[in-house]
Amino acid sequence: MTPATPATSIGEPNLTAIGFFLVFIAATLAITWWAARRTQTTEEFFAAGRAISGRQNGFALAGDYMSAASFLGIAGLVSMSGFDGLIYSTGWLVGWPVVLFLIAEPLRNLGKYTFADVVSFRLQQVPVRVAAAIGTLAVVSFYLIAQMVGAGNLIRLMFGISYELSVILVGIVMLAYVLFGGMIATTWVQIVKAVLLLGGAALLSLTTLAQFGFNPVELFSKAADIYGAEVLAPGKQVANPWDAISLGLALMFGTAGLPHILMRFYTVPDAKAARQSVFWATGLIGAFYLMTFILGFGAMVLVGREAILAVDKGGNMAAPLLAEVLGGTGLLGFIAAVAFATILAVVAGLTLSGAAALSHDLWVSVYRKGDAPVSEQLKVARMATIALGIVAILLGILFKGQNVAFMVGLAFAVAASGNFPALVLSVFWRGFTTRGAVASMAAGTAASLLLIGLSPTIMVDLMGAQEALFPLKNPALVTIPLGFAVGVIVSLLAPEPAASQAYDAKERRMIMGGD
Amino acid sequence: MQEEIRSLARARWRVAIALSLAVFLLYFGFILAVAFAREAMATEIVIGLTWGILLGALVIIGAWLTTWVYVAWANRHFDARRSELASRQERP
Repeated sequence: MTPATPATSIGEPNLTAIGFFLVFIAATLAITWWAARRTQTTEEFFAAGRAISGRQNGFALAGDYMSAASFLGIAGLVSMSGFDGLIYSTGWLVGWPVVLFLIAEPLRNLGKYTFADVVSFRLQQVPVRVAAAIGTLAVVSFYLIAQMVGAGNLIRLMFGISYELSVILVGIVMLAYVLFGGMIATTWVQIVKAVLLLGGAALLSLTTLAQFGFNPVELFSKAADIYGAEVLAPGKQVANPWDAISLGLALMFGTAGLPHILMRFYTVPDAKAARQSVFWATGLIGAFYLMTFILGFGAMVLVGREAILAVDKGGNMAAPLLAEVLGGTGLLGFIAAVAFATILAVVAGLTLSGAAALSHDLWVSVYRKGDAPVSEQLKVARMATIALGIVAILLGILFKGQNVAFMVGLAFAVAASGNFPALVLSVFWRGFTTRGAVASMAAGTAASLLLIGLSPTIMVDLMGAQEALFPLKNPALVTIPLGFAVGVIVSLLAPEPAASQAYDAKERRMIMGGD
Repeated sequence: MQEEIRSLARARWRVAIALSLAVFLLYFGFILAVAFAREAMATEIVIGLTWGILLGALVIIGAWLTTWVYVAWANRHFDARRSELASRQERP
């Protein structure tokens, strides 16, 4: 049986989509209005007053993390390449146990708003915070580019409005959340989004499975009947195992260095709640990625590869097309609105973490030496938010039509090599020094940027060179060990007695809590 | 007191590192199997279900299990020792 090629209404304005979209915007702006009245202090603006429960934060973490790239991108990848796409589904989850075991609780006990709080604890503030802020802004910028370009493309396809208008729309709505509602509004937007995304994916999965007697194996074997047994087996995605391993390392350790994810642990009252929130997040995110198995193969069988490719060369419309086949334009509209909500929640979290680095790390801690009135801190935070919102919109428009899929990999590589080693060493190791921290962050970040510039993704795919100077698409295999090695060697070469003496206090606070 | 806090910190690191290693081996075991045992991964256990798909799903379930193990350990053992230390800290 060849699947029928359905006529699709994707690309035309969809009334249901616009309806759901307006309801979502109205509801989230109402939340923002409610949150704005509760956002008077920096603790409320950056950390939601530390009053979010573990379970709520688990949903918000899931909402912060599951981007449109994973919903639409992985479903599309599975529908196009079958099993190979599933390698990504597993990779995007395995960073979360690492966050739980190594990072979440020490981070909550040692810091206030940013991960630089933890690294700079007992070290010299100025150099460490400057280095950490650069790492944060690099990760946030690359991630924002990927999200904004994705937003422009998807919203144009699903709502039939222009690319530029889509990007500006996302930027303005996101700014409204962050500027007025701070972390309280951002948290609730992320919770609403997580519920919608998981609900939408569950609905699509169940209606897909209903056609196969609720047996996923039946669906897989149907896919193999139509497209050949190789869709269920490793294909050319893993032709170079070193590429797969390097990307795997970036995904596994990058999550624990993503500033917008780390920042969420400050929104809960204590370390125990931080622990619970990762437990919830891992459960939710894992369930979502298991569903991408069903969505991807479901789209492959029920929509058909040709029909998916006809709408979008990248295969990104697989999940929306599946929705249309299963539930008509009504379900398509709902899924389109969910995709929009997905992008908004991620962009809001990214902007807030960038604003925290600019105002809390650079302005307050470095420029004002930790001594600035709350009203000034809030003013700087909001100005930083506006600046980042404008930058996000400009980057989105600047990178129009570019293939930005590698940007997320780049963000993970910088997070895993620039931020993660310094964070772990500062928490774990008594002998870690200011110079070691700065050198580790600088080397990890710079090496990631350089090696991605020399990678096949940039040199061959983008610049059209015959061969790349560096063989791996993702540099993490080299740059994560480099980040650790530089941090350790520089610290050993020039010990910092004051810092190692202060480790006892850090250890006590890490275990016992502080505020 | 500092000694006991340090020994609790060490106990936490031992559990954290052991479980991190477990997830590391689980995931990279899967990646290496996919890269170097492609034929075995392509073998169907029943029609429609290859070892590759089954193991991929098991990696996700394994990640769940390790987080559950950690949370169970921390809720039971770590929190008990920590609150015992905290109550002693309050009355010197």
